[in-house]
Amino acid sequence: MQIIVCLKQVPDTTEVRINPETNTLMREGVASVINPFDMYAIEEALRIKESLGEGEVTVLSMGPPQAEASLREALSMGADKAVLLSDRAFAGADSLATAYTLAAGVAKLGEFGLVICGKQAIDGDTAQVGPSLAEQLDVPHATYVRKVQSLEDNKIVVERMTEDGYEVIELALPALITVLKDINQPRLPSLKGKMRAKKAEIPVWGKEDLDVDEKLCGLAGSPTQVVKIFTPERTRECRLIEGSAEEQAKVLASELKKII
Amino acid sequence: MGGIKVDLDLCTGCSVCADHCPFGAIEVKDDKAVITDICTICGACIDSCSFGALSREAEEAASPVPDSSGVWVFAEQIGGAIAPVVYELLGEARKLAESTGSEVGAVLFGSSMQDAANDLIAHGADRVYLLDDANFADYHDELYAAALADLIQEEKPEIMLLGATTIGRSLAPRVAARVGTGLTADCTGLAVNPETGLLEQTRPAFGGNIMATIICPRHRPQMATVRPKVFQAAPKDPARKGEIVNLKSPEVALRSRLLERVREQAENVNLDEADIIVAGGRGLADEKGFKLLSELAEALGGAVGASRAAVDAGWISYPHQVGQTGKTVSPKLYIACGISGAIQHLAGMQSAETIVAINKNPDAPIFQVAHYGIVGDVFEVIPALIRELK
Amino acid sequence: MEYFLTEEQQMIKELAARIADERIKPVAAELDEKGEFPWDLMKVLAESDLFGVWLPEEYGGLGGGVLEQVLVVEELSRACSGVAVSYAASGLGSYPILLFGSEEQKQKYLPDVASGAKLAAFGLTEANAGSDAGAIETTAVLDGDHYVLNGTKQWITNGGEAEIYTVIAMTDKSKGSRGASAFIVEKGTPGFSFGKKEDKMGIRASATRELIFEDCRIPKENLLGREGMGFIVAMRTLDMTRPGIGAQAVGIAQGALDVALAYARERKQFGQPIASFQAVGHMLADMATEIEAARALVYAVARTIDSGAKDFSKESAMAKVFASDVAMRVTTDAVQILGGYGYMKEYPVEKMMRDAKITQIYEGTNQIQRNVISLELIKQAARKR
Repeated sequence: MQIIVCLKQVPDTTEVRINPETNTLMREGVASVINPFDMYAIEEALRIKESLGEGEVTVLSMGPPQAEASLREALSMGADKAVLLSDRAFAGADSLATAYTLAAGVAKLGEFGLVICGKQAIDGDTAQVGPSLAEQLDVPHATYVRKVQSLEDNKIVVERMTEDGYEVIELALPALITVLKDINQPRLPSLKGKMRAKKAEIPVWGKEDLDVDEKLCGLAGSPTQVVKIFTPERTRECRLIEGSAEEQAKVLASELKKII
Repeated sequence: MGGIKVDLDLCTGCSVCADHCPFGAIEVKDDKAVITDICTICGACIDSCSFGALSREAEEAASPVPDSSGVWVFAEQIGGAIAPVVYELLGEARKLAESTGSEVGAVLFGSSMQDAANDLIAHGADRVYLLDDANFADYHDELYAAALADLIQEEKPEIMLLGATTIGRSLAPRVAARVGTGLTADCTGLAVNPETGLLEQTRPAFGGNIMATIICPRHRPQMATVRPKVFQAAPKDPARKGEIVNLKSPEVALRSRLLERVREQAENVNLDEADIIVAGGRGLADEKGFKLLSELAEALGGAVGASRAAVDAGWISYPHQVGQTGKTVSPKLYIACGISGAIQHLAGMQSAETIVAINKNPDAPIFQVAHYGIVGDVFEVIPALIRELK
Repeated sequence: MEYFLTEEQQMIKELAARIADERIKPVAAELDEKGEFPWDLMKVLAESDLFGVWLPEEYGGLGGGVLEQVLVVEELSRACSGVAVSYAASGLGSYPILLFGSEEQKQKYLPDVASGAKLAAFGLTEANAGSDAGAIETTAVLDGDHYVLNGTKQWITNGGEAEIYTVIAMTDKSKGSRGASAFIVEKGTPGFSFGKKEDKMGIRASATRELIFEDCRIPKENLLGREGMGFIVAMRTLDMTRPGIGAQAVGIAQGALDVALAYARERKQFGQPIASFQAVGHMLADMATEIEAARALVYAVARTIDSGAKDFSKESAMAKVFASDVAMRVTTDAVQILGGYGYMKEYPVEKMMRDAKITQIYEGTNQIQRNVISLELIKQAARKR
């Protein structure tokens, strides 16, 4: 069974800082990493393959040529194959156009049993590409998966986290799931994996290689447009409460009582 | 295709735009700005350029915008109870409807939901599209997506709002893809631009460090999921009148099914709906620290949250985690105890109305977002606070 | 500084650094407090192929040498040298097999060491034979197809956790150090047991135990090399591994400098960061300079060994002595820079100071190392005449 993991290369937000004077993001020297949620997706795919004792894990990304580095990292963790979807025509895509292009990539990869995505990307935070991709692939999906209970007889049973607990959902394969941090701890790459990944060929598929309508890709295919980006006001003044613990608690309690 | 254009005569190569680009998509080569492929055409650079060298390229001839009318709300229910965010959506939908001169519609799927439908009318819906069917009692991605997409294609609303809940964020992208329209996630601001008539949807990105305003100019409906607890709930007016339209169940070949729905006993874990959250981090030292925190939460009637450090240390379970890899919350009151305030944590809670920070280290970044700060030992301050509250 | 590492060495260093930062740092304080052997982390190191970096490819390794091992030990020590020494001791315990083992012995034991499936340990020290390795009391007597071991080894790193032990015992007491021989002993051999785990000042994550041999019968073919070679086996092994202790010291010192520097930039007194006070700035400058010098020496010695040099006891001792003395000074200064906070267990530098101390003591005290260095100097001068 082919398991496809979709991953996105994102700026490492642990390193993003706000310039207090201009109130803008300082990105200088910020490294690019695999979207953290996608790491769980890769790990889960590898675990499923290991437990099945057969199959192939393919990692798929849409992005600029530099995104190849993230695919290589996934290979060094143990993924079997990587494909990059990259073309100027794919740039500026919103979640619908991204899912459209990814769906075309998945179609070209051939038969698959499962697509795994991270819950969301930490730069855009939309959490929309997963379900949108499922729709465009015409397969069932489950979001917020915190555990895969079983995978057999062409069915997968997963636990999906809800606001007040969880649901157990059975999906007929092929299907798509998006996973949470809770599901596993991603492995580190191995040295042998890194050496293999360094040599691996990563095909780059552009619009000519995929069965796509250019008008539905990238910016042209994106119904939504960003019209403005701004930094939220940060004029917050912190009122420090002084004194002994008892005194501090007394003042805070009286302030809290005003609010609640 | 539209994009950002650099006027080479005006560009001085000062690289201010490159610094302002949230996506790192601008490079300066040979003293001129170059827009690279990762540009999302967000326009942040245009405002940053003092020389007017950057502009949006003209769009191709716009295709006609489909006819549509009405501001709709998806009335999510769990176990027959309407989710609180729905009333907030209705409140916001009324304002939008008034500014566009249209009606508010509510879409309700469930079983034996007649009373709930009337309740939606009392809270501002002019028309409730009700699908009352035992198969729809519990949320089901495929069933709900099919029914909602069919209805949208039939009735053509102009605006469709859903709560940015577990259900809303699963259902909305599937429906948007099926009807082929745009969708904006997790909005915290909505307004209709009086000139263009377009819905301007504002949402945080990069963990709340920047805000983006998004439009959906040529596709309908303009769809958005909206973060709970951001907008005021609509007031109830039992005298309000409205129409209930009964819908038929769609024919769908299902490929998934719900086997079980489990509510976890822990009452203090529903962070999304909590008005008060008391959260703990590394400074709580161990599980016992969280016991103390639970007492404080109980005294305040709030839920318990945690930083990633505390969850990773195994002191509390993952559903309590607030921040980038956990939940994003906007309660009325957030009390951060022994949390230093890493940027990923701030991303999940800085939109709280009032933030209180208790931390030993006066230089902890959490104090930069806090309204009230106590520099002190959590193990002294919390017990004293519990005594004061009692 | 630029050390002209190969792409492969760079990869090894980066992976070890990542494990140190992501997996070891978050648990270092807890491991120290509880004194628990870090099996989880050993598994992580095994899965990442790091146990085999210094072993030849034919035994499942990556074909590197002392430098590769040094890079790993240094990076791991930045986060926790207790974990690093558990890793390094497996190398110490298996070097005798690589250097003196028969092809059969190598094939039998080294692949499991390379994969990390089994840990190794080295048993030389005894209660009355520390620096004076000639005073070993453990005996091995040939009885038919077996050697019978009796005696007790003390303070053996990885003792009780390792599966494979290389042990030095006397086969002919009358010959003094030339009557010692080296053996491979597997955990689980009847008559082979362990003493209680020692409660140590530092490197508390590592396991240190006695190895107790009571009429322990091991197959004759577990002899390494020939009878009487034990002392040479031990000395040659330690020559190979002393740069590892140097690397451990460099790592500890670097970790301490990192913490001290970050603290000095953040901590404000009299309205400015303490890093801007010259008194503190100069301390940081000295710390950084000494660390870089120690690192340069450790790497240079490791490269000397890997290049096939024949005699490097002096250089190997220099790397160990210099780096460990640097680590002691740097960690002490780091505690000083953090002031009262530095003295508290909440901050990692007091642990680093405790951890640094052992690097001046084990695998030959720094006093013995200086003997080795001065003796070699005199010998070499004599040869020139």
